[in-house]
Amino acid sequence: MSPKADIQALKKKAKEIRRDDLTMIAKAGSGHPGGSLSMVEILTTLFYGGVLRHDPKNPEWDKRDRLVLSKGHGCPALYVVLAHRGYFPRDLLWTLRKLGSPLQGHPQRGLLPGIEISSGSLGQGLSIAGGMALAAKLDKQTHRIYCIIGDGESDEGQIWEAAMTAAKYALDNFCAILDANGVQQNGPVSEIKNLEPLPEKWRSFGWHPIELNGHRFEELLAAFEKAKSVKGKPAILIARTVKGKGVSFMEGQSSWHGKAPKPEELERALQEIEAGNIG
Amino acid sequence: MGSATKAQSEQKATRDGFGEGLLELGRTRPDVVVLTGDLGDSTRANWFQKEFPERFFEMGIAEQDMMGAAAGLALSGKIPFVCSFGVFATGRAWEQIRTSICNMNLNVKIGGTHCGISVGADGTTNEALEDISTMRAQVNMTVLVPCDSIEAKKATLAAAETPGPVYLRLGRSPSSILTKGKDPFVVGKANLLREGKDVALFACGLMVDRSLRAAALLEKEGIRARVVNMHTVKPVDREAIVAACRDTGAIVTAEEHTIVGGFGSAVAEVVVEEHPVPMARIGILDRIGESGEPEELFKAFRLTAEDIAQAARHVIKKKRK
Repeated sequence: MSPKADIQALKKKAKEIRRDDLTMIAKAGSGHPGGSLSMVEILTTLFYGGVLRHDPKNPEWDKRDRLVLSKGHGCPALYVVLAHRGYFPRDLLWTLRKLGSPLQGHPQRGLLPGIEISSGSLGQGLSIAGGMALAAKLDKQTHRIYCIIGDGESDEGQIWEAAMTAAKYALDNFCAILDANGVQQNGPVSEIKNLEPLPEKWRSFGWHPIELNGHRFEELLAAFEKAKSVKGKPAILIARTVKGKGVSFMEGQSSWHGKAPKPEELERALQEIEAGNIG
Repeated sequence: MGSATKAQSEQKATRDGFGEGLLELGRTRPDVVVLTGDLGDSTRANWFQKEFPERFFEMGIAEQDMMGAAAGLALSGKIPFVCSFGVFATGRAWEQIRTSICNMNLNVKIGGTHCGISVGADGTTNEALEDISTMRAQVNMTVLVPCDSIEAKKATLAAAETPGPVYLRLGRSPSSILTKGKDPFVVGKANLLREGKDVALFACGLMVDRSLRAAALLEKEGIRARVVNMHTVKPVDREAIVAACRDTGAIVTAEEHTIVGGFGSAVAEVVVEEHPVPMARIGILDRIGESGEPEELFKAFRLTAEDIAQAARHVIKKKRK
């Protein structure tokens, strides 16, 4: 398959993921469309772009790469990718947020294959991922640890504590992805608490930052490849993304951080996703 | 019955027993790792560090990240011991313990030293006075409060063998050696130190020593007090409490900790549910700590043997009404 064809396949998969993501949130009647849509290309690249070493039939394989979702509210997109990759039946997606469902409103480890940690209380996943990377170094294991964090989440001081720890221990088996969608629950990140300049901040904390358009597969594939080659320090993809990406009335709107589309809104959104060409 | 019934002169801090336990675990269990937040000397984690530097992680003064990293290590098959002052470990990082550790029932062990007013001169901000309450509220958490350095070492070894999260409450100041190496230590099983039928004194940590001395005071008045060392606050030994209610009809608890939701509350929950009898709680009365010599502070906070004896006389009187 040529790289071009690869990217066509990734684009098609991203469309499917967006569609299921919004459909399941609409069925649930609540959830987080904005921050799940912004990381669809990131997840698609990890799971379909040959980045993650994993085995859906053996989710606890000890040599697997770990993907830790620290920004837990984005879980619908992760649930969809895991279902499409065969970790569990796709029908389970429609039980999101229902009593007894393994698809909790925020991820709960132990209920669903492929969910590495419980998350949803922001700022904690990067530390856990760092501990996994430390353990892998200690045991001379070659698997890698990936962790998706949000920009709003980076208000948390613990993110920066974890950043210093990973730099101190030279965790070059560790790659964070910052889904910098620029909008948090109550407004733009720049107004809530400005975090820029993000690449400079991470560089000064001892990381290797790679800034990129987080919706472009070519850039994502190249950045993950580059991150693997960084030695002596952890790497972070500063992925510039759009909150609610792919649905015009959701894009960049904090009002779509945490509410479900109504049936007519879902219909419009699915049409836009179908007609769109992201990637 | 435990072998010790009177306080002996030898003194050693429970944190020292913890340090010895870590060292032994380092030698016997390659999966044990140790983390600290710039308190390796104070928590005795540096004894482990000297012998096992590759399994020791200095995390800096960053307890929240330290708990998360411990969770990640546990998820990778390690048994991490996180060492800090009790107040920083359990207070600063309470929600990290909740979400990153207890939620997933991870095998993380937390050693909190400098608990209680026996910290002494360092004063209130360095004294954990609420850690039993806050740790026993954590789902899946086992809470151990050893009474002397020998028991602290046993508790440390037992923590490594106990699945899931464990909190060890430890003290800074040298304290009496009350137990012997051969005495049993079973998580969740209280140790009877002294038999008696008139009143039961339940104690944990450094208050075990004071309860034994209170029993000796009461004996002079013809009152026979049972003394029970509750080294495990969670899961609490319900059988030992119910038996004491039945046999003595009056209960006093003693803890070097707030009476709000702490050890006394844990005992009271069982007493009211299973076998209500007159009861009194000795502990810190909803106030902050302060600086001073440990023994001065025990007096100032009304945590002495005489205070326990007084509470015992009071509940016995209520019983006879």
